Amino acid sequence: MNLFCVGLSHHNTDVEARECFAGHVESDRALRNCGCNEALVLSTCNRVEVYAAAENMVPTEQIARCLARTDTIEVNGHFEAFYRYEAGDCVRHLFRVASGLDSMVVGETEILGQTKKAYEAARTAGAAGRHLHRLFQRAFRVAKQVRTHTEITRGAVSVGSVAVDLAQRIFGDLRNCSVLVLGAGETSERTARALVSRGVADLRVSNRSPERAETVALSVNGRAVAFDQWLEQCGEVDILITSTSSDVPLLSQEKLAPLLRQRIDRPLFIIDIAVPRDVASDVNALDGVYLYDIDSLQSIAEQSLATRREQIAVAEEIISQHVAEFDQMIANGLNRAERTPEHPPIGENSLRASEL
Amino acid sequence: MDRYLLIVSTVCFLVAIAHTILEMRGGIFRPMQFNFFAVGLGFIFQTAFLSIRGHALGRCPITNLFEVIVFVAWSVALFYMVVGPAYRLSLMGAFTAPLVVLLQLFALWAPIDKAHPGRLPANSWLEFHASISLIAYGAFALACIAGVMYLVQERQLKTHQLHSIFYHLPPLTDLFAAITRLLWWGFTLYTFGLISGFFVGEPLPWIQIMCAIGVWLLYGLILQGRYLRWFAPKRVAALCIIGFSAALTLLWGITFTAQTHTP
Repeated sequence: MNLFCVGLSHHNTDVEARECFAGHVESDRALRNCGCNEALVLSTCNRVEVYAAAENMVPTEQIARCLARTDTIEVNGHFEAFYRYEAGDCVRHLFRVASGLDSMVVGETEILGQTKKAYEAARTAGAAGRHLHRLFQRAFRVAKQVRTHTEITRGAVSVGSVAVDLAQRIFGDLRNCSVLVLGAGETSERTARALVSRGVADLRVSNRSPERAETVALSVNGRAVAFDQWLEQCGEVDILITSTSSDVPLLSQEKLAPLLRQRIDRPLFIIDIAVPRDVASDVNALDGVYLYDIDSLQSIAEQSLATRREQIAVAEEIISQHVAEFDQMIANGLNRAERTPEHPPIGENSLRASEL
Repeated sequence: MDRYLLIVSTVCFLVAIAHTILEMRGGIFRPMQFNFFAVGLGFIFQTAFLSIRGHALGRCPITNLFEVIVFVAWSVALFYMVVGPAYRLSLMGAFTAPLVVLLQLFALWAPIDKAHPGRLPANSWLEFHASISLIAYGAFALACIAGVMYLVQERQLKTHQLHSIFYHLPPLTDLFAAITRLLWWGFTLYTFGLISGFFVGEPLPWIQIMCAIGVWLLYGLILQGRYLRWFAPKRVAALCIIGFSAALTLLWGITFTAQTHTP
């Protein structure tokens, strides 16, 4: 039995090409149409892949045709972009995909959930047999090991998530934090939403245009504050997000220092994403004030990405060990697999059982 | 024989340090598992040492500087075991272990394990006073460690230079809450220790009494300043380090004068 993988990903195609093949076909249909003994379709926004086991060679083009939404010249033109991995290469590729090493943002963990979902769908449809079962159970185990034994998932890699991450490093639980959004721009709104999703309940929005403040406040479940009151609010809130279009800094050390006397034991985290900046840089020198502008947030995001890249080698080592073991198991004719049930459910228990 | 137990205990704490250094060099650190286990094992050997010593002496094993230092190291580990999991400060192991190792290595290396000339008469008030004060020192030591952690975390946040350790330290507000609780624990125990000192029935050098009251006042001032908002959290953290240094100096002075003035 040959294990192989055929697919397209963000590495070699644009979204236009991928959408011609994405989310169109289920595993069982791929199985029937392509002549595979077992098949599984993994379709995400960054990749469309078929993992299959077959007695005979199944041409890449046949799989690509099966995945295609339509049979047009335009779609046929993308067939050449499909890559193919056989046997050990296929195993390695899946382990890398499940561990987030092949993702656009290295180390992202969403792909593992998507892979589990795809496996569950194939298992339910009866398209995944013992070969794919062993392959995917091992892939989940590898992904878990990579996540716990490396720092591939460490740190936030976007401006919004860095801001939220820093807020958590300062305040821990964000449920008791109050946030003031000054200037209702798109990035500040997005950051505010991210904070709300982490439990922030007290959110205030202040903008030169009261209507805009009301609209944004409504959308994030907060309340609007008059623009002439925003400075007083700085004495109360824990997090200040500013993104106004002011040409001069709105907040200086002289303005903020008197307000801090009432709240000396509580930190103030300021996220200044305005260009030009809304907050004078010397504000950071005040005790308990942590000022981050767009450059510093971006630099931290890049630092996190660099750390993740450094961890790739460690992750690859873990993967190589598992690939060698899995190849050995395949060479032994999946003897061990035959003693295990063919289609166990994918719950946490089954994963643990397979690990044991 | 009992010294071997102390050596094994020190090795356990050293293993915790080595593990932390290796993990951090590799950019990985999982504080909850290995460190807690290593510190816990070290604590068991410390307890066994003190227990054997105590049985041999027939009293609380704080009769010379060697035993006093080990007792302080034990109370540091004790508070770590109690406070660590409760406040999710298990990374304290990374900071606690070096302090304990320093104390124990010094105790083992220096020629300070001198048997007291003649058997000391049992004095329950004195034993209570000494032991409760030393446990208070454990709390002050951990407050000092939490203070160091706070300053490390604060510095990284201020300078925007986030190193590997940043992601493993507790949030600033949690650290400050832990410092406050440890200060309260230490201050309360130290107050009991100080009061019980007046009931020991033996004349104490007035300089010792003044210094002990001085340390008590210093910690009282830190707590007062924290609640009256005289000091920012950063200053409270720095004062915890200064306070513990002062307390250690006093402890040294007490044990030194106790040994030199014994008839």
